[in-house]
Amino acid sequence: MVESPHVVRAANLERVYGQGDVAVHALQGVDLLVESGEYIAIMGPSGCGKSTLLNVLGCLDRPTCGTYELDGRDVSRLDPDERATVRNETLGFVFQDFHLLARTTAVENVELPLIYGPVAPDQQRRRALAALARVGLAGREAHTPRELSGGQQQRVAIARALVTEPALLLADEPTGNLDSETSSEILALLDELHQKGLTILLVTHDAEVGARAQRLIRMRDGRVVEDTGAAPA
Amino acid sequence: MKLWASTLRLAGRSLRRNPLRSALTSLGVIVGVAAVIAMVSVGQGARARLQEQLASVGSNIVMVFPGATSSSGSRAGWGTAAPLTVADARAVERHVPGLRGVSYFRRGVVQVQGGGQSWSTTLWGVPESFSRVRDWPVRLGAFLLRSQDDAGAKVVVLGATVAEKLFGVGQDPVGAEIRVKDVPFRVIGVLEGKGQTVWGRDQDDAVFIPFTTAERKVLGAKRIGNVDMIRLGLVSSEDEAMVVDELTQLFRQRRRVQPEEDDDFAIRTMSEMSRAAEGSAEDMSNLLLAIASISLVVGGIGIMNVLLVAVSERTREIGIRMAVGARRRHILMQFLCEAVVLSGVGGVVGVVLGIVVSILISRLSDWPTLISPTAIVGACLFSGAVGVFFGYYPARKASRLDPIDALHHE
Repeated sequence: MVESPHVVRAANLERVYGQGDVAVHALQGVDLLVESGEYIAIMGPSGCGKSTLLNVLGCLDRPTCGTYELDGRDVSRLDPDERATVRNETLGFVFQDFHLLARTTAVENVELPLIYGPVAPDQQRRRALAALARVGLAGREAHTPRELSGGQQQRVAIARALVTEPALLLADEPTGNLDSETSSEILALLDELHQKGLTILLVTHDAEVGARAQRLIRMRDGRVVEDTGAAPA
Repeated sequence: MKLWASTLRLAGRSLRRNPLRSALTSLGVIVGVAAVIAMVSVGQGARARLQEQLASVGSNIVMVFPGATSSSGSRAGWGTAAPLTVADARAVERHVPGLRGVSYFRRGVVQVQGGGQSWSTTLWGVPESFSRVRDWPVRLGAFLLRSQDDAGAKVVVLGATVAEKLFGVGQDPVGAEIRVKDVPFRVIGVLEGKGQTVWGRDQDDAVFIPFTTAERKVLGAKRIGNVDMIRLGLVSSEDEAMVVDELTQLFRQRRRVQPEEDDDFAIRTMSEMSRAAEGSAEDMSNLLLAIASISLVVGGIGIMNVLLVAVSERTREIGIRMAVGARRRHILMQFLCEAVVLSGVGGVVGVVLGIVVSILISRLSDWPTLISPTAIVGACLFSGAVGVFFGYYPARKASRLDPIDALHHE
């Protein structure tokens, strides 16, 4: 596969829910180019389509039409299992409410993507521990989510997203459930990861969070209305 | 195989999270498997006992009764056909080859007194050939002699039960006198114990006297020489069909049955009777097995129910797993694995319980049981299959969830 400078190359993405009169056009022709190493924030009011876009970019959902190349590969027409493999190998997710498995230790949570992936079993624990160390949680690997603070839980989630060394990290309101102090810790961690070369795309309606990003995209009614740093096509 | 190991570990962990629910779910399978094993043991035990009893009647035996089963299937009553006679038995002896003996009897219930005790038992009037045809050896003394039959001697051979009831265990009553219907008889022998018949009658609860003595002095007779049944012992079972043919011809001729008429007598062979008895024993076992299998199926439905609840409770977990890259197959395997663990554990516990129940049945009641390895293996495999079958639908349902919906499920 030819190495593409663009992690994301999406053109004319549309996503329609339902049919006929009740059809909802959540995305109405979104074009997006993301270069490797960018840090992008998508903002917009509720219902503007930013979550739908994140789902489509995250291969959790399929665009109704349009094309989407992720890391040089056309992923817009994959079946559910193929999308699962893409999510496993190419993407990392961070969610607003962490989405960790309860009653499961931090290191087992971080290992979770690895057991579904190609990493050899004897390497999994080592990589999971390394990822926890990267987010500053060395020594907490045996704790379950209930024994960790909100900020620590989100760090575990970030470690889980990083453990497969994804081409793109997707974050959906990663600080939405955290107090301001913890939020800034998490944002600092994202900054740090970005500086080390990670490509990050996050969705937020918090202007402060959006301001940390290198590039800001605003959406309204399923369209991109502002893009501060669109890479030249 | 980390995925397998972790899937199995995961299944164990999620089942331990709700121990009571898991236990109750398995209980359905436990009861089902235990029921299958216990029922099969009872059925097998009954068959084994049946075979023993059939063997105790003596092998290679053919019986002739008066009265008949017509070709339309209705059976004429005992009284409607002319009885068989001693003369018929003598004719069989003369004309039918391949026999090791011909016996006949008349039977009646009598009161016997002896050794200071009184006992009601079955009296058999039999010729000296009886012991040989029935393959029934004497334990003490001797069996009846031809001369005693001819003379109408007042001698008696006791069945083991009667000897025990009148004279006590381990006593030798040979030479003692007992009264049969108030007629004094001298005891000349005691037979070996034979146990119960297929129909549950104690064969040893009987006394045997010469046929002539029985009809003349004890039972009385409308006509001298009538017998209840003629019993033949074959030299070899290979001759059975030939002997049956010969007998049919002989009796049709002697009883003047017209060519267009049905037989007014019936010939039964021991092999035919054991086949019938075995057939009904087999039907019985199959019936028990079918009933027990229903409880296994009910257990399977329990598993399905619990898994459906688990799938909806753990929708978010499924969503998380899908988001990080679990394929549909992984989710399917995870829930199938839980179903199989539930039913497998149920199967193992059920096997143990089934064996315990089988042992208890044979200890507490008089039912013999025979624990069948085939049933154990079969029940285990079947319970695993129940897990897969009833686990498949919920597991598939889980694996088809949409990851976005699953993630946002509360």
